[in-house]
Amino acid sequence: MSDAEIVHEPQLQVDHLGHELRASLYGRWTADQAPAVERCVADLGAAVGDERRIIFDLSHLDRLDTLGAWVLDRTRHDLGATGYSADFVGARPEHHILLNEVAYRGFQPIPVVKRNRLTDLLVDIGQSVVRAGKDFASGVSFLGEVVAAMIRVATRPRRFRGPSLVHQLELIAFRGVPIIALISFLVGAIVAQQGIFQLRKFGATPFVVDLVGILTLREVGVLLTAIMVAGRSGSSFTAEIGSMKMREEIDALRVMGLDPIEVLIVPRLLALIIALPLLTFISDLAALYGGGLVAWIYGDVSPDVYLSRLRSAISLNTFMVGLIKAPFMALIIGLIASMEGLAVEGSAESLGRHVTSSVVKAIFMVIVVDGVFAMFFAAIRY
Amino acid sequence: MLETRSRIVADTQREAVIRVRGLEVGFGERTIMKDLDLDVYRGEILGFVGASGTGKSVLTRAILGLVPKRAGTIEVFGENVDELSLASRKAIERRWGVLFQFGALFSSLTVKENVQVPMREYLHLSERLLDELAMLKIEMVGLKPDAADKLPSELSGGMIKRAALARALALDPEILFLDEPTSGLDPIGAGEFDDLIATLQRTLGLTVFMVTHDLDSLHSVCDRIAALGGGRIIAAGPIETMLASDHPWLKAYFHGKRARAAMAGEA
Repeated sequence: MSDAEIVHEPQLQVDHLGHELRASLYGRWTADQAPAVERCVADLGAAVGDERRIIFDLSHLDRLDTLGAWVLDRTRHDLGATGYSADFVGARPEHHILLNEVAYRGFQPIPVVKRNRLTDLLVDIGQSVVRAGKDFASGVSFLGEVVAAMIRVATRPRRFRGPSLVHQLELIAFRGVPIIALISFLVGAIVAQQGIFQLRKFGATPFVVDLVGILTLREVGVLLTAIMVAGRSGSSFTAEIGSMKMREEIDALRVMGLDPIEVLIVPRLLALIIALPLLTFISDLAALYGGGLVAWIYGDVSPDVYLSRLRSAISLNTFMVGLIKAPFMALIIGLIASMEGLAVEGSAESLGRHVTSSVVKAIFMVIVVDGVFAMFFAAIRY
Repeated sequence: MLETRSRIVADTQREAVIRVRGLEVGFGERTIMKDLDLDVYRGEILGFVGASGTGKSVLTRAILGLVPKRAGTIEVFGENVDELSLASRKAIERRWGVLFQFGALFSSLTVKENVQVPMREYLHLSERLLDELAMLKIEMVGLKPDAADKLPSELSGGMIKRAALARALALDPEILFLDEPTSGLDPIGAGEFDDLIATLQRTLGLTVFMVTHDLDSLHSVCDRIAALGGGRIIAAGPIETMLASDHPWLKAYFHGKRARAAMAGEA
């Protein structure tokens, strides 16, 4: 066969020779020609008539790889199973080795279990409820472990990791200031603007100062800060601890006799507990500033009037209501982030899943706790 | 193993599937290799040795195009990789398979799915063939069928190497790059892995480029050995050339205590 005649496309030429059928193979029986290879084999199945014996002539074969060899041997095997006798002739030595190496064997297909959608749904719901309950229980036990570690550190202050705490404080508090100040400023401004538009109908524009002051100090400042910190720092805790877990760094700490909770989690948690009230204070100021600016521009409330009204509208406990909540929210964010981090398993996907669920759970719990506090403060008329 | 070595004919007559000329690679101020020449011939198993930190992995990565080079040419299958269009570059990438040192299996996919990734990307296979071929490769590298549905995090070190080899073989490559294939395996496992590579090389007609420190592998499966030192190839040839070399590092490497033990084991 000259170069010009070389066929790349796999081809199968069938000759009926009385009691036997001769299938001559041409071209490349390779993986990149897979659809044509399968087509050829299907054509052969259709061409088989009364013959009992089928001979595959491989002498004109241009190229054969594992896919081609597999399909050929599978066909030979299938024909054999249906009462034909099939053989290869003229195989080149390297093709022969390959055919022997792949040697068709059936693979057990994985049984597909027929599922009932309704029971699946119920099972899913049940499992979620059980999981939520277990989450809560393990959260409480984790809190216990952390408190125990904190007490251990408190009794032996030399074991406390000061540099780590300072580093975390810088990451959480200091580097978080710009974004938290900015969004608080904007939210304060938006609340004031909407307040002015709505209150103007009643001729009560000056009351926008009370609205902005009480709302931001009691609720919005701390909520915005907590949500931002959960997204910024909670996610990074989970990712850091999770990737340390994946690479056995946590185990390395353990075998060195270091308690990972003491080394990794206590400094982060303390940093959060210190940072969140500080950030809340900055958020409060930024929101009041934004509100004041909008009240001045849209509502003609001059800064002097704004400040004097603000002084009469709020008292120290308005401010304290917001601030008291901050450490609790910090604790929740830190606990959830650390637990999710420690729950990471080997795969990259698991890391992603736990970081997501860390942020989602933390934000959800922050809002729930905020609601509980609101009811509590209302009950004690604070 | 003698018959594999007797296949070697004069180097000049053989087709070089990889030809590196005057390669220079460096990071920042540091030059890792300079004026490096290397040939890998079709159908051979080339063992690639060198002290830690001399740039064995860097050279491999430079050939694979993962590390930029400063000067020199790299020809793969006779084509200069710098002058290739994107499509022909992709076509070349289909013709080589790489086993990374730590497997680099995709951690969120099962072993079978890992093997199927390149097949799905490049081939048009029916689901049935896709499954059968993946299972075939998994069995060819000596894994049990039940390993197919496991995640990489559930595998032992040796199984990860085998699974990664199955993925490297997914497209029936012509060149197989192995980065320390036997590191982290016990001696028996390492020996089995060497035999596996030799068998696959024979049946699939592979050219194997193997970075290794394993003296047993060098003795038992490699047709030719290239040694890297001081940023260039200090010697290349069959094991006899290495043993006869006067280069101090090669002498220390091939005549050290461990080398003698490997030789004794062979004899």
